[in-house]
Amino acid sequence: MDKTTCYHCGDVCERDTVTYDGKPFCCNGCKTVYEIFSENNLTCYYDLQEAPGTTPKEVEGKYKFLDNEDVVERLVAFDDGKSRIVDLYIPTIHCSSCIWVLENLSKLQPAVSTSQVNFPKKTVRIAFSSKELSLKNLVLLLSSIGYEPYISLEDYDSGKKAVDRKLIYKLAVAGFAFGNIMFLSFPEYFNPNENDFWLLRYKPIFRWLMFAFSVPVVFYAGWDYFVSAYKGLRARILNIDVPIALGITVLFVRSTVDIMLNLGSGFFDSLSGLIFFLLIGKFFQQRTYSFLSFERDYKSYFPIAVTRIKRDNATKVEETVQVYDIKKGDRILIRNQELIPVDGILISGHAEIDYSFVTGESKPVEKQSGDKLFAGGKQIGGLLEIEAVQTVEQSYLTQLWSNDAFLKDKESSFQNLTDKISQRFTIAVLSIATISTIFWLVVDAGKSLNVFTAVLIIACPCALALAAPFTLGNMLRIFGKKKFYLKNASVIERLAKSSTLIFDKTGTITTNVSQQITYFGESLLPVEQQLLLTSLKSSNHPLSRQLYNKIKNKEELQLDSFSEITGKGIEACYKNLCLKLGSERFVKGTTSEDKQQTTVHISFNGVYKGCYVFYNQYRDSIQDVFSQLAKHYKLIVLSGDNEGEKNRLKKLLPSNVSLHFNQSPQDKLDFVQKLQNKGDKVVMIGDGLNDAGALMQSDVGLVVSEDINVFSPASDGIIDASVFNLLPRFIRLSGKAVKIIKWSFVFSFLYNVTGLYFAVTGQLTPVIAAILMPLSSISVVVFTTVATNAIAKKIR
Amino acid sequence: MSIIYLLLSVSVVVAVGFFIAFIVSVKKGQYDDVYTPSVRMLFEDELVEIQDSSITNSEKSN
Repeated sequence: MDKTTCYHCGDVCERDTVTYDGKPFCCNGCKTVYEIFSENNLTCYYDLQEAPGTTPKEVEGKYKFLDNEDVVERLVAFDDGKSRIVDLYIPTIHCSSCIWVLENLSKLQPAVSTSQVNFPKKTVRIAFSSKELSLKNLVLLLSSIGYEPYISLEDYDSGKKAVDRKLIYKLAVAGFAFGNIMFLSFPEYFNPNENDFWLLRYKPIFRWLMFAFSVPVVFYAGWDYFVSAYKGLRARILNIDVPIALGITVLFVRSTVDIMLNLGSGFFDSLSGLIFFLLIGKFFQQRTYSFLSFERDYKSYFPIAVTRIKRDNATKVEETVQVYDIKKGDRILIRNQELIPVDGILISGHAEIDYSFVTGESKPVEKQSGDKLFAGGKQIGGLLEIEAVQTVEQSYLTQLWSNDAFLKDKESSFQNLTDKISQRFTIAVLSIATISTIFWLVVDAGKSLNVFTAVLIIACPCALALAAPFTLGNMLRIFGKKKFYLKNASVIERLAKSSTLIFDKTGTITTNVSQQITYFGESLLPVEQQLLLTSLKSSNHPLSRQLYNKIKNKEELQLDSFSEITGKGIEACYKNLCLKLGSERFVKGTTSEDKQQTTVHISFNGVYKGCYVFYNQYRDSIQDVFSQLAKHYKLIVLSGDNEGEKNRLKKLLPSNVSLHFNQSPQDKLDFVQKLQNKGDKVVMIGDGLNDAGALMQSDVGLVVSEDINVFSPASDGIIDASVFNLLPRFIRLSGKAVKIIKWSFVFSFLYNVTGLYFAVTGQLTPVIAAILMPLSSISVVVFTTVATNAIAKKIR
Repeated sequence: MSIIYLLLSVSVVVAVGFFIAFIVSVKKGQYDDVYTPSVRMLFEDELVEIQDSSITNSEKSN
C-alpha cells in the first residue's frame, strides 16, 4: 500500500480517505477546511508550506460559556461597545501558512477588521466588530479551520498582564550614557599635556556633560544594585551587590568631587561602563522561552465555565456558570472531551475518564454511575451528569495548591556561587582598603583618601559578577537547543548540586505514545484474525487503534454487521462468524479480580478465546539512563499507580533504585520534604499535575513532555521526551558549568590584583580604570562563552 | 572655537532624539515579537496568486 498523505494536514491517509478537487484528505474535517479556504480564495495557504493544516476537532457545545457576557467581558482586551479586541492563544500555530491564514481572517469573516499573529507566543490578536460577530462565533470560526483557541481558567483570572520591559529601558539608558561619556572623555585622555590652552578652556563643559549623563545611569539604571545590597545587608548577607553598590557610590562621589575641585576628569566612563556591562549580564541571563510557561497551575488546565442544570419546579434548565460558582450539590453536565472541574459523583451517563492531565496515564478509566470522579479528568465519550461534592478550590487535586510549597521562592532560599564568594571578597577588599589607607596616612597623608577610593573603585567586582550570568546564560541557550528548557540560570547551579533524583513512573519513565501488547489465550484462525482486524479498523476507541497498528497487514473483510457500544466494546459479524471484542464484562459477562491491567477480550460466536494485555512501554533509554545515574546519585521511583508493574521494574532498573507505589500527590510532596529535611538536594522528574506538589517542593523540578506545546505543570525545567536519554549528560554538564564559573573567578581575581597594585601605590588614573574595567569584563565573557561551547560539544 | 558649544549641543540633542525614539518604540511593543514581522513582510505577493486561483475556480465551475 503506497502512502498517500493528506493534502491539508500531512497525516498518512489510512482509512476513509476523502478525495476532493483531485486532492486526497485524511478525513472530512480536513476536506471541509480546504473547502472553506478554496471558496474564499485562500488556497495560497497550501503554497506557502506543504500540508500546513491541522484537523479541526469537534467543538459542538464546548464554547457555550461564551454566550455568558460576564465571561466574555473578562476575556476581551478592549471593548468600546462597537468593536472588540481579543488575544487568543492558539497552540496549533506552527508555520508561516498559519500566520498568513490567520492574518487574512478578514477574508473569511468581514466583521474581523484586523488580526495579528505573535508567532513565538502562538497568540493572535483579533479586532472585530462586536455587533456583527460574537466572540463565540469567532472562536467557532477559528476552530472550524483547525485553529482552535485554548481558553482556560487562567485567562479569566490573570487580567491583562503588563510586559516588563524595565531591564531594556535601563540597558538603553546605561548604554546610551556610556557611549556619550566615552566620547566626551577622549579629549582629556589624548591630551595628557595639562596646560593645553584649548583643553583648559573647554574641559569644564565636557566634564559637566559627563556628570549629567552619569546621573540617570546611577539613579535609574543602577538603582537595583543599591536596593539589592540594602536588602542583603538587612538580612545580614554580603551578596555580590554589596561591593558593586559600594563601587558605584565611590565612583560617583569621587568623580563628582574631582571635577568640582578640578582635581581630574573623574571616572564617569568607567562608572557607566560598569553598570552597562552588569546590565548586559543580567539581560543575557534572562533567557525566556516565550512559547513555554513554567508557572502553570491547575488553572491553565481547567475550563472557565460549565453547564449547570437548574431545576425550576419540574423543568430542567441548562445554564452556563463560572466554575468558581459551582457549589456542593450542583448538577453539572460534562460533554465529550471536557474536563471535570470539581470532584463529584457520577449520576448518569457512561464515563470514560482520561486522567492523563493528572497522572500522565492516557488510558481512559471506566466509571459507573455512583462512582466518585476527581477533578482534572477528561470525559471521552457521551454526555455525563455529575453532582459536585466539592468546590473547585477544595477538590482533591486543586487543594494541593494551597500547600506551603507553592508559596516559597526557591531562588531566594538558595545561595548561589557568586554570593558565596562575594562574602569573602567584600571583607578582603575592605581590609585592603583600610590597611593601605593607614599606610598612606603615615607616609603621605594627602594621598590616603585618593588610595582608599581607588581601591574600592578598582575592586568593584564587575568581571566577577559577569562570570555566572554569562556561563549560565550560554548554558541555558545550549540546553534549549537540545530541547532541555530551563526556567532560569540558577536552576543549572541547583542541578549541579543535586544528590537525589526522584522519578515519577507513568508518563515519565514510561511513554504513552506506544504500548506493549501481548496476547494470552487460544490462537486465532486466519479468518478470525481478519474479522478482528477489520472490526478494529472501524472503531475509533484508542485501544482499538493501538491494537490495529500492532496487528495490521492482514487482508480485510467486508463486514456484514458492525456495532460499537460506547464504553463496552464491539460486535461484528462476517457470514456466520460473530466477534465480540471489548471489556471483560462485555465479552465474558463476568469480571475477574485482577483489575491492575488493561485488557481487551475476544470471543467468537460466544466462545471465549483470550485477551490482549496492554503493558506500559518503558522508554528505550531507561536502563541506560538509570545505570549511568546510579553511579553518582540516589535514585527513587515514586508512582501513583498500583504495584502491578513492580516486578518488571525491578528487573529493568539497577538494584539500588528504591520503588514506592500508591503515592498520592500529597504523599509525593511529603516524601520530597522528608528527604530534604535529611539534607538531600532533590531533583524531581515528573510529568502530570499529580507531581505538581513534589515538583514545587523539590530543589529542581523537571517535567518530561512528549509534546512541548501541550501543557505541563509548574516546574523549573521542561525536558523533551525525545532527549530523555541525554538527562545524565545534562546534569553532568551543569556540574561542568559551575566549574567554569570557578575558573573565571580566578581570572577576574587576577585583574583585581593588577588593578589593586595601581590603586594601593596611588597611581590609579581614570584612563587606567577605563582600560582595566572593560578589558576584564570582556575577557571573562569571552572565556566563559568559549569554554561552555567547548564542553557542550560533547553532548552529542 | 566657541562653535564647540553649538556642535556639542547639536550632537547631544540628536543623540537624545534617537534615544527617545528607541524608548518609544520599545514601549509600543515593537520589540516584543521579533520573529513574525520577518515572515509577514514576505506575504504581500500572494494577493496576485489569489486572483489567479479564483479564475481557475470559476472556470472549473463552468
